[in-house]
Amino acid sequence: MLAYIVRRLMATVPVMVMVALVVFAILRLTPGDPAAILAGDDATGEQLERIRKSMGLDQPILTQFGVWVGHLLQGDLGVSLLSSKPVVELIGSRVGPTLALATSTIVLTVLLAVPLGVIAARNRGKWLDRLVMAISVFGFSVPTFVIGYLLILLLSLKLGWFPVQGYKPMADGFVPFAQRLVLPTLALSGVYIALVARITRSSIVEVMGEDFIRTARAKGAKERAILLRHALRNAAVPIVTIIGIGVASLITGVVVTESVFNLPGLGRLVVEAVLARDYPVIQGLILLFSFTYILINLVVDVLYTVFDPRIRY
Amino acid sequence: MNTNPVLPMAQGSEVPASAAPPAATLGRQLLKALKSPPVMVAFIVFSIVIVLSVLAPVLGTVDPVAINPGKRFAGITEDHWLGTDAFGRDTYSRLLYGARVSLIVGLGAMIISIAIGLVIGVVSGYFRTADVIIMRVMDGIMAIPSILLAIALVSLTGGTLATVLVAITVPEIPRVVRLVRGVILSVRSEPYVEAAVSLGTRIHRLLMRHMVPNTVAPLIVQGSFIFASAILTEATLSFLGAGLPSEIPSWGNMMADGRMYFQLKPGLVLYPGIMLSLTLLSVNILGDVLRDVLDPKMARKG
Repeated sequence: MLAYIVRRLMATVPVMVMVALVVFAILRLTPGDPAAILAGDDATGEQLERIRKSMGLDQPILTQFGVWVGHLLQGDLGVSLLSSKPVVELIGSRVGPTLALATSTIVLTVLLAVPLGVIAARNRGKWLDRLVMAISVFGFSVPTFVIGYLLILLLSLKLGWFPVQGYKPMADGFVPFAQRLVLPTLALSGVYIALVARITRSSIVEVMGEDFIRTARAKGAKERAILLRHALRNAAVPIVTIIGIGVASLITGVVVTESVFNLPGLGRLVVEAVLARDYPVIQGLILLFSFTYILINLVVDVLYTVFDPRIRY
Repeated sequence: MNTNPVLPMAQGSEVPASAAPPAATLGRQLLKALKSPPVMVAFIVFSIVIVLSVLAPVLGTVDPVAINPGKRFAGITEDHWLGTDAFGRDTYSRLLYGARVSLIVGLGAMIISIAIGLVIGVVSGYFRTADVIIMRVMDGIMAIPSILLAIALVSLTGGTLATVLVAITVPEIPRVVRLVRGVILSVRSEPYVEAAVSLGTRIHRLLMRHMVPNTVAPLIVQGSFIFASAILTEATLSFLGAGLPSEIPSWGNMMADGRMYFQLKPGLVLYPGIMLSLTLLSVNILGDVLRDVLDPKMARKG
């Protein structure tokens, strides 16, 4: 098991190197001179040259990549052009709201989507199934930011149940913290619930056709036990997989949701950095999100063995 | 649902290796699917969006970028069917021209990513040495959340229709490559391909006639999802301010422009939001139908 995890960790290294290479290439090879962006519109050629030198942009591109990776390995993501703070520090100060939002979304999704999928599968072809599938198509199609504004209009502006926007850290008390997290979580969960409910339904439907389910029925096991103990457990692998893959859409959703609800998290930091063309920050955040994505999928792979002991590594 | 024939993967080498069932059967199946009410509604909605965007200039619109400071935030009037925005621009006209942008982006991203992905995928599936390198690069691109990759590309090149299109297309390419590569790998060992090889069939004929046709059906299905995802990505980018500038009206940047006044004029955000949602909804429903008809193997899984 441990050997497997180590092996899997090693296997992510080439992908991470590839990601670093792609990110580096995009930011250095696209038209648009970072020195010119930093210097502003009315810089002289001499000033540009000085900035280029101080940023190491006058070196050959391979040297630049080497230096950059070297810093990266030491946990140094460079300094923000906008605020002159280290990128790592900047990320640290903004990670809270994002973690809170992502966690509550995943929890809500699992709590809602898995039962929805099971209900749909049990009532396959009936109106309950159609209802769940319809909700899922809606959740899939209506963009996060549209859901967000509809929620604000309905629950905040019309009914006044929740604050419109903003964020309070947990340190300010749980109620204000949770109150401001409800709408963003609901908005962000839409796509995710759709995705997970759909997969849960189809995997349960598939498992219910297996021989061992017929055997369980034949020995007189209760339908409920069959569903929860036999079917759901066997359907867990695809469900967990899609939760892992869905992290990519979760990251997109975080960026959008934080913008709609004015949450000062990493997603907003991305947008701020983009608008200011603060490229060390953009680079750092893309790397962070990509590595998170890779690592979560590694965890998912390891979780397989928990849900399905037949999978041995 | 799945009464249609399984994709005929293995066929005699004299018969062109077509992946899809005959066109007549397909047409009948699509017509049959249209009888279901949600699919019919989706078809009508999508047709309306196409008509609105194509005929935008003659449907009572005015210049969608004409600024009119005297008429800021106009309500619904005879001149402005859906009111005006913070610059006095006509919301109705912007909605219709926005539909154009969405469809152009969706169509463009679909065509370009399939064209490029098909070539790379065939090379990767057929030439084993190139495969290793290509798939590593594709894995790298796929590991970067596509919206971030697109944001980075647009932010560095500036928001024009062309750069936004490129930024949306690049993250889609690896998915097409994987799909095509998978199909090529699976047909490589089919007896009819081996027979063709042993008959001395030249490589381009082997690829074009015996292998590539198998990718058509899955690519049409994938294409419909790329179309929807590209429209969504463009709207998201423009909404975040990292997409098209508001001189090119798009549903995303209309929402971005309107969000500051959301409490005052929710319509500025909601009208484009509803158009966007309806479009995506109809495309996704029609895409599912296409998948059921063209790709029964996948349909059973999904």
